[in-house]
Amino acid sequence: MTAPKPETGRSKILGNIRKSFDNSDKARTERLATVDARIRAQRPNVIPARASGDAKALLDLFITQAEQASATTARVDGPDDLPRAVLAYLTANALPLRLKAAPHATLTNVAWSEQPSLDMTFGATTGTDEAALSMAFSGVAETGTLVLHSGPESPTTLNFLPDHHLVVLRTSVLAGTYEAAWSALRNAGNGAMPRTVNWVTGPSRSGDIDQTLLMGAHGPRSLHILILDDKKTV
Amino acid sequence: MQVTSKSFVANAKKGLADANLQSSLARLSTGFPIARLAAIDRMPEFEQLRDDAVAIKDHTLANLDAYLERYEEKVIESGGHVHWAADGAQARDIVLQICRDAGARTVTKGKSMITEEAGINEHLEANGIEPIETDLGEYIIQLRNEPPSHIIAPAIHLSKEQVAETFVTEHTDFPAERDLSDPRTLLEEARAILRRKFIAADVGITGANMLIAETGTSVIVTNEGNGDLTQTLPKTHIVVASIEKVLPTLEDATTILRVLARSATGQEMAVYNTFSTGPRRPDDLDGPENYHVVILDNGRSDMLGGEFNDMLRCIKCSACINHCPVYKAVGGHAYGWCYSGPMGAVLVPGLQGLAEAHDLPQASSFCGRCEDVCPVRIPLPRMLRAWRTKSYEAGLGSKTSRAGLGVWAYFARRPALYRPLMRVGVAVLAALGSLRGRGRFSVLPLAGGWTASRDLPVPEGKTFVEQWKRGKR
Repeated sequence: MTAPKPETGRSKILGNIRKSFDNSDKARTERLATVDARIRAQRPNVIPARASGDAKALLDLFITQAEQASATTARVDGPDDLPRAVLAYLTANALPLRLKAAPHATLTNVAWSEQPSLDMTFGATTGTDEAALSMAFSGVAETGTLVLHSGPESPTTLNFLPDHHLVVLRTSVLAGTYEAAWSALRNAGNGAMPRTVNWVTGPSRSGDIDQTLLMGAHGPRSLHILILDDKKTV
Repeated sequence: MQVTSKSFVANAKKGLADANLQSSLARLSTGFPIARLAAIDRMPEFEQLRDDAVAIKDHTLANLDAYLERYEEKVIESGGHVHWAADGAQARDIVLQICRDAGARTVTKGKSMITEEAGINEHLEANGIEPIETDLGEYIIQLRNEPPSHIIAPAIHLSKEQVAETFVTEHTDFPAERDLSDPRTLLEEARAILRRKFIAADVGITGANMLIAETGTSVIVTNEGNGDLTQTLPKTHIVVASIEKVLPTLEDATTILRVLARSATGQEMAVYNTFSTGPRRPDDLDGPENYHVVILDNGRSDMLGGEFNDMLRCIKCSACINHCPVYKAVGGHAYGWCYSGPMGAVLVPGLQGLAEAHDLPQASSFCGRCEDVCPVRIPLPRMLRAWRTKSYEAGLGSKTSRAGLGVWAYFARRPALYRPLMRVGVAVLAALGSLRGRGRFSVLPLAGGWTASRDLPVPEGKTFVEQWKRGKR
């Protein structure tokens, strides 16, 4: 079987684009220099003033916005308080007391055995788990958006396959704007991107039938954010 | 998909007579546009964000070759593959080859107008691979073998009763007598069926709302999460994106996202914005092992730098469609391709050629709402006029309308004839209108083409020139 020849398409497309530009070597080099400088600058555009308050204002804004997007939130005093908070959610929603959790150090170090009724396993999901627990990399107060990214401590399948997605957001990583969250991500990965970054604002929904908004289209039917105040201990 | 833009007039007549379509379109006016206004009211910097969005797109288009080269380098650096398709046929061959290399039997798909444009589904099917649309609207229309009628709400032309009928016919594993009157039940049924398909699929195909040159990243924006299940679960992820989707940085993508959902559905942000860069890393716990990007041109590079260059700023939000009185009268299928409304009426002639689509730019009242609401300020009315001029010059259009235009032009160029004729005409119409005692004609001799589907407002008695002279400006 002969493979298609992508090179043919490449030179044809770039050649046709260049028909509308100055196609001299000098001009092309200049365009590349312009582009490289622009990329390196990582210059923010207009940033809405909405999320410019202090830490408390940002947290209040995050909660308001997340709830506006139909997420639910609860406060957690520290990692040791997670088993109680998780159990409260599962019980309130009449769910089996089982949870697939991300193997993130903060979560694996919790003394889950103190709640013997809770069946905890760690790792990715293949679609058999009703509820999952993840750690957010960051949160964006501007729109109540969670930022999660793939990695050994954060399987992406947990964000989309289970019916109920529980996410721990530490107050220390809450950002006002997306730009601040990008800076944090660039610093964390030395500029390298993880395979995937997910911005999640509320649970899954669809308006495709009769223009009627229905929750739980393909992803989680509910999104529950556990806000862990870790600034107290700093 | 088959292009039927040539039959716009007949398609539009069908749309006007379709009661289900008309009631769906009526609901459109009270949905997206109102939510959009509310979202913009909550964002005082919206106009500045629009200006920035325009500047980002203009800058990228002016350096498009360099951005595409840098983007390609970054994709390869992160372990992905880049393929270039000059037209739909090349895109089809590339996608089929990747699917064959993956030994694919089934392929899940996120909603993507560009794969509709390139006819990917038909090609896979013809070669023994089953494509499964997973966006709820796309899934419904795939079962019905219909094209999308709206770029973000592809099944907007259907009522819930029609969806229920389709599910009864197609989902034969379910009891035939089940109650499907509640949209919730329809959604649950589709969710259960598609869940199995997501997990079984060998390849996932998505479009891209943006490509980021800084990082070699593709971005998708969804509310259902289907796009993410499509690109996370199978071993191979294929992204199909057109050349103008590339942008410089994560910051630039962020600005576009701030205007995109607000303009589209009136959400502050879509539920899922996903940034994908290459295949799974060695220590990742999930994600595709292969990551391919197919960059499609399909006529866009011909629009670059010319009078339709600004159309390439389009971020496919659908605001122009949602505010278009013509779209809201005839529906999306009338336009005969996956793009409709004002953006379709400019883009389709650009990509398919004017001979195929010259009727589309004629379908405008030039009310200008499309340009008002466009987040990237595309001068859609100016471009619709430009296509009309080109149509006339190319001798396209019906003999009657060309003859009519010719007669009008003869008088319009001779003000000494035109003005008295207009004065009489306007005065007669105004007198007739006042006799009938209402502000609109529902029937008018020689104007049946107009009044068959809408009323004609009664003139107020004076021509524009007369009013201008009296200082009424």
